[in-house]
Amino acid sequence: MRLTCPLCGPRDVREFSYRGDAVLTDRPTTPEGFHDYVHIRENPAGPHDELWHHGAGCGGWLKVRRDTVTHEVLSVALAREARS
Amino acid sequence: MRLQGFGQIDRSSPVRFEFDGRSYGGFAGDTLASALLANDIRLIGRSFKYHRPRGIVTAGSEEPNALMTIGQGAAANPNTRATTQELYDGLVARSQNAWPSLGLDVMEVNDLLAPFLGAGFYYKTFMWPKAIWEKLYEPVIRHAAGLGALSGQDDGQSYDTGFLHCDLLVIGSGPAGLMAALTGARAGKRVILAEEDFAFGGRLNAEAEEVAGQPGPAWVASVIAELAAAPNVRLMRRTTVTGAYDGGTFGALEQVAEHLPSLPQGAPRATFWRIAAGRTVLAGGAHERMIAFRDNDRPGVMQASAVRSYLHRYGVAPGRKVAVFTNNDDGWRTAADLIAAGVTVTAVIDPRAHTQHDLPCRMIHGGVVTRAHGRLGLDNITVRKPDGAEIKVDADCLAVSGGWNPSVHLTCHMNGRPDWSEDIAAFVPRPGAVPGLIAAGAANGMFSTHGALRSGAQAAAEALDIKPIKVPQAEDATFEITPFWHVEGPGRAFLDPQNDVSVKDVKAAHQENFRSVEHMKRYTTLGMATDQGKLSNVGALAIMARLTGRDIPEVGTTTFRPPYTPVPIAAFAGRAARDTFRPHRLTPSDALSRERGAEFIEAGLWHRAAWFPQPGEDWLAACNRETTMVRETVGVADVTTLGKIDIQGPDAAVFLDRVYTNMFSTLKVGRVRYGLMLREDGFVMDDGTCARLGDQHYVMTTTTAAAGQVMVHLQFCQQVLWPELDVRFISVTDQWAQFAVAGPKARDLIRDVVAEDVSDESFPYMGCGAVTVLGVPGRLFRISFSGEHAYEVAVPARYGDALARALTERAEALGGGLYGMEALNVLRIEKGYITHAEIDGRVTADDIGMGRMVSAKKDCVGKVMSERPGLHGPERCQLVGLRPLNPDAAALHAGAHLFALKAEITPDTDQGWLSSACYSPTFGHRIAYAFLKNGRARHGETVRVVDRTKGTETLCDVTAPMFYDQEGGKLRG
Ligand SMILES: [Zn+2]
Repeated sequence: MRLTCPLCGPRDVREFSYRGDAVLTDRPTTPEGFHDYVHIRENPAGPHDELWHHGAGCGGWLKVRRDTVTHEVLSVALAREARS
Repeated sequence: MRLQGFGQIDRSSPVRFEFDGRSYGGFAGDTLASALLANDIRLIGRSFKYHRPRGIVTAGSEEPNALMTIGQGAAANPNTRATTQELYDGLVARSQNAWPSLGLDVMEVNDLLAPFLGAGFYYKTFMWPKAIWEKLYEPVIRHAAGLGALSGQDDGQSYDTGFLHCDLLVIGSGPAGLMAALTGARAGKRVILAEEDFAFGGRLNAEAEEVAGQPGPAWVASVIAELAAAPNVRLMRRTTVTGAYDGGTFGALEQVAEHLPSLPQGAPRATFWRIAAGRTVLAGGAHERMIAFRDNDRPGVMQASAVRSYLHRYGVAPGRKVAVFTNNDDGWRTAADLIAAGVTVTAVIDPRAHTQHDLPCRMIHGGVVTRAHGRLGLDNITVRKPDGAEIKVDADCLAVSGGWNPSVHLTCHMNGRPDWSEDIAAFVPRPGAVPGLIAAGAANGMFSTHGALRSGAQAAAEALDIKPIKVPQAEDATFEITPFWHVEGPGRAFLDPQNDVSVKDVKAAHQENFRSVEHMKRYTTLGMATDQGKLSNVGALAIMARLTGRDIPEVGTTTFRPPYTPVPIAAFAGRAARDTFRPHRLTPSDALSRERGAEFIEAGLWHRAAWFPQPGEDWLAACNRETTMVRETVGVADVTTLGKIDIQGPDAAVFLDRVYTNMFSTLKVGRVRYGLMLREDGFVMDDGTCARLGDQHYVMTTTTAAAGQVMVHLQFCQQVLWPELDVRFISVTDQWAQFAVAGPKARDLIRDVVAEDVSDESFPYMGCGAVTVLGVPGRLFRISFSGEHAYEVAVPARYGDALARALTERAEALGGGLYGMEALNVLRIEKGYITHAEIDGRVTADDIGMGRMVSAKKDCVGKVMSERPGLHGPERCQLVGLRPLNPDAAALHAGAHLFALKAEITPDTDQGWLSSACYSPTFGHRIAYAFLKNGRARHGETVRVVDRTKGTETLCDVTAPMFYDQEGGKLRG
């Protein structure tokens, strides 16, 4: 598998590590939101937004849209720029 | 038998080789298999389960029988296919799975027991009693049924891995592959042409065909010459593409040295490549399949196409009297080629009632072969004619063609299933099964040579979106086949010779209701051996289909998984073996420590000095001496391994307030503060000191273990959570050499190496700043991990060795010296400092008595979740100290569990655990840290420390988690 880092270009997956669902980008501003933020995840069969870290590259956190069924990578963006 | 005037072997280069202790001759360009056949050796092994005599069936990597051990000693290579092993002078080959010899194998008794050893036999017979399975049945079965064995020794050889990148990967170099590669090459694309064989050309080397008016091999040579001259093309022989993976990546094994008598200096034995391909053309050809009939595994029964390979490529006739059994035109081609070469063809048997073929030999249309005869090698066959009469036909070789199976395997590696093609009665790749991959030529069911050339050029053009190149003239016959799989009758008709699976076994599976093809596979083990059913799968599916009244596509296929052919585990590992298993991080004082005879301990990738034994000292004596030395004079320890992160920017202070539980915006420039970091779930992540060197400049210290994790966490916080903050940071762990200088005489030493004033006024406890260290710009931190008056002094890493030596020399002049990790650990336990032995990912700030460090004045990562009920209070296990009632108690080890004095020892009564323990030379007895339920309220109580792994029990008093200098006077003094 390969990911195209917006800063480094197309790179082998070994350079990256997987963090999980991209809901982590939306840190709650009130205490009530933290339970879901920390614990609750969707597990879709299909397109999924997730966070990857380019540890053996630029150190960038990437928001990757990936099909969990086919492993097709649909888009890659820097997490800092992909925040809504 | 070798034939004059045939083959591409180099007759001017004769070689000698050994098989089962006897010496034979061959030629350069032979495989081991072709050389054995040239020497009229047909019996080459015994089968896996029944120990039946077996011979060579194929001329390629799909070979199920001819598995040999090549070479001797530690580097002997078992289960090597003789059909792909290149011959070299001095090659030593041994047959496998026969004892005492190939001709006389005592385990052949299994064959007589076959009625009891059919599919499912192991499951039914050896199930009970369970203990006997492991102790008796399994070892005996494994000994009796098996392939070759590794030597079990280090082969002393190296392997390698690497990455390759290309616009077009072409897998296979037959007519389709060559045209695909040419198409890409001429368009200027970066092309990799991977060929598993040692010769390019595929079946063009194995047929009497012309391409562009030249003999096949000559045309191949001209194309390879053009490709070799192109700078954008990489030609890879002996390279098998073993797997297709996500995103256009492929695994490939390049055999570097298996064809050489010895490994060239510095060369790897094999290289495992990861190929990132923009587009891929799969031109891996097809495998000819067999027809099942009684005793069809006798040595001498082989693929019709393999017979042609031996004839045209190696100049070998695999028999002197050859019969042909075929349901398609390919068998007829074998007969015609043999006749043209002067080899006797005793009969061609074709189940089809009529064909267009007319050869000067006996032709039996509408007939079938019902049985092969000859124990150690084929003598003759029984043929049933259309009228039902059975006759015997002489044959020492039977060439069989049951049609062709395109090598769809790679297209199934990403869960794709192949499609059934009625035209060729075979599975073909499903388009798009592997994104970016197009199958061409025989691999896509295109069996004529011109068709293969054409489809190779078209596939590459389509893949690269360019124009196809002109296709040369070649044979373009249509392929005619009438599916025919199995001759009914008594006895065993083998489908999978490598795993000894016969038609009967498939029927047994069906009778026992294993009707899903995946269940049948597992019940019979069909297709599960090293050849992964290349020869057997489709035949078994056909039998299944007939038994279940379905057609073959309905039955479906089993799953093909990587690797396509076996890959040595060592090749996956590459250089990650032995001393280069992983990187070694050496501290700046590494050379000095080795000079001083230090013993080392690995901390992650780091090698840290653990203790410095003096003559006659064991580790404990050295540790005790070093600990006391620090307490009484001064010690020097390398602490470079602690993570150091340089943090700068206008929002650096705000950023740190959010990642640490406590405040750092209030920290004065020139001061250091201890900080605690939580994960977002409220548990402690790491701790360490953070120094403020300037208004917008901090240096954070992490633990050695968590340095990487903290750096990634900070990047996450900055980039994902708070990208609006103007802060930048970088790891400087490797840039700064840092040494702890600790003990009552620490200031005396520091004063000697630092130019600036280091009095309490200039450098109070928890002070820091830039200083000049022996003329070099450095940093000084007055921090302590021992409880003593202490400093950490840092210089750029290139001065680290010099500073280590300068500090050690001065310490020794003051009566002190170097101390290692063991003493460092004892010092911190005595003083009450924690490490990841305590903050192991399951503890909260409150558990370690630092609940009040979570500032109420601000938010930070983990704060909200740390406030959850259940994460603090009397139900939690809290950090305490333990002191044994008996000062001589020796049994106090981390991992032991705590129980109340009178409680039963059960999991339910467990009250906590020991996290750290050591012998304290300062107090003269062992001390420990533990997490005890409601521990802070239980100081003074006596608890039982039970160590079930060591079988010990010790009574201990619960104390505050700090033994040494509780007032802190030593630190500040
Ligand atoms: Zn990157």
